[in-house]
Amino acid sequence: MQETLFGKLTLSAIPYDNPIVMGAIGGATAMGLLVLGLITYFGKWGYLWKEWFTSVDHKKVGVMYIALAFIMLLRGFADALMMRMQQAIAQGGVHGYLPPDHYDQIFSAHGTIMIIFVAMPFFIGLMNLVVPLQIGARDVAYPFLNSVSFWLTASSAALVMISLGVGDFSHAGWSGYPPLSENQFSPGPGVDYWIWSLQLGGIGTLMTGINFFVTILRMRAPGMTMMKLPVFSWTILVTNVLIMLSFPVLTVALALLTLDRYLGMHFFTNDLGGNQMMFLNLFWIWGHPEVYIVILPAFGMFSEVVSTFSGKRLFGYTSMVYATVAIAVLSFVVWLHHFFTMGAGANVNAFFGIATMVIAVPTGVKVFNWLFTMYKGRVEFTTPVLWTLGFIITFCIGGMTGVLLSVPPADFVLHNSEFLVAHFHNMLIPGALFGYFAGYAFWFPKAFGFRLDEKWGKRAFWLWLVGFYLAFMPLYALGFMGMPRRLVHYDNPAWQPYLLVAAAGTLVILAAIVCQAVQLVVSIRNRESLRDVTGDPWNGRTLEWAVASPPPFYNFAHIPKIETLDAFTDMKERGVAYEAPAAYQDIHMPKNTAVGVVLGGVAFVFGFSMIWHIWWLALGATVGAIGALVLRSADDSVDYILPAQEVARLERERRQLLAAHEQSGASADSHLAHQG
Amino acid sequence: MKYTVFKGLFIFSLWPQWVLACDGDCGSRWALLDPKGPIAAHEKGLIITAFALMLLVVIPVIFMTVAFAWKYRASNKKAQYAPNWDNSHKIEAVVWAVPAVIVAILAALVWKSSHELNPYRPIQSAAKPVQVQVVSMNWKWLFIYPELGIASVNRLVIPAGVPVSFKITSDAVMSSFFIPQLGGQIYAMAGMQTRLQLVADQPGSYQGLNTQFNGDGFAGMHFETVAASSQDFESWVAQVKHGATPLNETTFKALEIPSENVSPRYFSSVEPQLFERILQKYLPNAEAGQTGRHGMTPAM
Repeated sequence: MQETLFGKLTLSAIPYDNPIVMGAIGGATAMGLLVLGLITYFGKWGYLWKEWFTSVDHKKVGVMYIALAFIMLLRGFADALMMRMQQAIAQGGVHGYLPPDHYDQIFSAHGTIMIIFVAMPFFIGLMNLVVPLQIGARDVAYPFLNSVSFWLTASSAALVMISLGVGDFSHAGWSGYPPLSENQFSPGPGVDYWIWSLQLGGIGTLMTGINFFVTILRMRAPGMTMMKLPVFSWTILVTNVLIMLSFPVLTVALALLTLDRYLGMHFFTNDLGGNQMMFLNLFWIWGHPEVYIVILPAFGMFSEVVSTFSGKRLFGYTSMVYATVAIAVLSFVVWLHHFFTMGAGANVNAFFGIATMVIAVPTGVKVFNWLFTMYKGRVEFTTPVLWTLGFIITFCIGGMTGVLLSVPPADFVLHNSEFLVAHFHNMLIPGALFGYFAGYAFWFPKAFGFRLDEKWGKRAFWLWLVGFYLAFMPLYALGFMGMPRRLVHYDNPAWQPYLLVAAAGTLVILAAIVCQAVQLVVSIRNRESLRDVTGDPWNGRTLEWAVASPPPFYNFAHIPKIETLDAFTDMKERGVAYEAPAAYQDIHMPKNTAVGVVLGGVAFVFGFSMIWHIWWLALGATVGAIGALVLRSADDSVDYILPAQEVARLERERRQLLAAHEQSGASADSHLAHQG
Repeated sequence: MKYTVFKGLFIFSLWPQWVLACDGDCGSRWALLDPKGPIAAHEKGLIITAFALMLLVVIPVIFMTVAFAWKYRASNKKAQYAPNWDNSHKIEAVVWAVPAVIVAILAALVWKSSHELNPYRPIQSAAKPVQVQVVSMNWKWLFIYPELGIASVNRLVIPAGVPVSFKITSDAVMSSFFIPQLGGQIYAMAGMQTRLQLVADQPGSYQGLNTQFNGDGFAGMHFETVAASSQDFESWVAQVKHGATPLNETTFKALEIPSENVSPRYFSSVEPQLFERILQKYLPNAEAGQTGRHGMTPAM
């Protein structure tokens, strides 16, 4: 009876006896309760529900994605901190404070969270916020789908979080290689948490990919040909092609592993005809493009930042576009470099090694183009520029170690070592995260109407940079000392000093993250002095700066006609940037809907009940999901018309605000003054 | 040596080495930079060459980043300002060509070295290679010497100066067999056989590792590799043969029980064809004998 009702779930799934886990649960729960309490205290539930949770506005969905990324960054970083502390002390007779069983979960969760629930939602959030504005669209192609994607991502992040307190997370690494991830070696619910959180989040991501692909191809402002598409939108377009081509492979690989685990099949088991290496191939056919999925958007952000803050057109735009496409194509023919040591033979290894290093060519071109964008420019050292410069220099080192790893016989000695750990963090922290931080500082005023505090932003940057070098350069050295990755304990005393330096680096990064939190608080507190009334705080070059900050919910009262790349610079030069159209027109808008939240909730219940084998509940959730979709499809009242007079009234208000601002001459950084 | 300058730079870039005093164990501290066999030496040389080639482009880029950003800082009004300058065919040609040329050179290096250092390729030597069959188990390494009829756990003893030909598989999850000072690693996978050829130049003791995370006992799954002189090796073999424990069905069953941080032990005799039977165990058509999936095919 109990098994029918609760599946494998019993009270013993909660690790009461583990003080470290209970401490983490206590901390997470306390923080959660504090947030919920504050919302209740200020009576903001109604506001959040109406204005945010049920919103299908791409800008709000984007902000929610970024908020999710920051929350999960705290969790992923806490994991990193725990691992570094463990390795700093667990030498020789000292076994540290984490048993292997717990340490294994931490590094598995760290990887999964940082890739799937930090990097992905962070860039997807920025892309939601910016892309429709940048291409002169009023929304994405499928606003409702966008809301569903977000709530699926959020509910899968919630699954990972709940694994802290109910059962455990995977012990098999973020890449979950079988046969270790099969029932025989991982019988508990951990791998199932990993499977279902990746699977549900992956479906959300796939739908986002389709959404933005269609949006960019079909909803660009008139005159914006593909070669006038801003470079950030180009990288996003290519990224979404990668998502659409690669995520289904992950879905299938996980589904096959699910069949092995739930129905006793043998796709990847040791025996009865299974072959583990099939999983490795499938996983990395998704996994390598995934690296570019998180890095290409950051490349786009760096491009926008360099060009804007150099007061200059981007150098070699055409080259940039071709380089982006080349990287995307090549990203599909390199997956085997993740397992050169499988013994595939010299010809196969050489092919994948060469294909991998060929990627260095278009990537190198991009770096040179950023440099020549600064050349003969007027570079302002704002926080986004600092992130960019820190990225270029650090990324060169990571690129170099990457090419080194692409030489198969060199990989034979460096594979699976701390050198590898240093390499991919050296790509993903400067290459992706620094880009997102640059984008966050750059577009924050667009989302909220005031800038982020520069002083705390710069502090955060320098601490991140120094912390990064301290945390990861010693790992390169440890690779040359032959230290494998993922060790909970080691005997070699020569490794320890390096691991102590790395742990100190992590503490510096902790200080950097604290600075970022302080920056947000300080900026909100000083929002009046950081206010940007113009909507164009940086003398921007692309269309998102043409609208107010925050933009009206319909984005553009009047869709501009595009003449050139850097469309907004061109409009400012021609003096038509703030020109009112002869007449406004009615605007067709989507209505808010709760179905996205409902589907997210149902997906969570489904995932949870599948993990614990509570079949009746899984079935109920499936019926609920289908029911919600049927009801939504039958609902004809999903949109409305915003009358032209209302648009005119809202635009008049904005115009008055701008005029008042210009007259008062309040801010010296107003670029409206240049327009004459 | 033509590499001296680059080698110096490379070693220097491992800066922490200079911060810490040498504790008399420097030889093996930098395992990858202190090879004790031709394969590892070749791999080390390859890393240094590739590293040096890349510095040719990376150093100028880092220099240009700092120089451009500083020279064209907004406060430097003396610097030229060309807001609409966004294209130069000359620069474009250079920035595509330079990385392309370096990658082309590296690609040639990859092709050549992948074949030369193919782990399946026998090592040229006057001496007849010693055969060792390696089985990864949870969480220890079993070494079977089929020609000598002995076996050991977590200690690999080999004669120095004689090539060792390894056949590798797993009796549990995937692991990776690695002796950093002798040469590169290769995976151990159940139902599959991989191969590796190594040789130790001189007698000594070298760290042996599993680098592939494979469960709770992973951190303790390492072994000592002892390269002994031919005489010492022979007397070791004789000693092991005099031991009391054979590796038969009973002792093997006991070995299959997962265990952690296992101390070295020896087996005086080994049931014939044990390694082959471990491989067969996971094959779908065990009775059909050699199926096509018997290991990875070496491409020579």
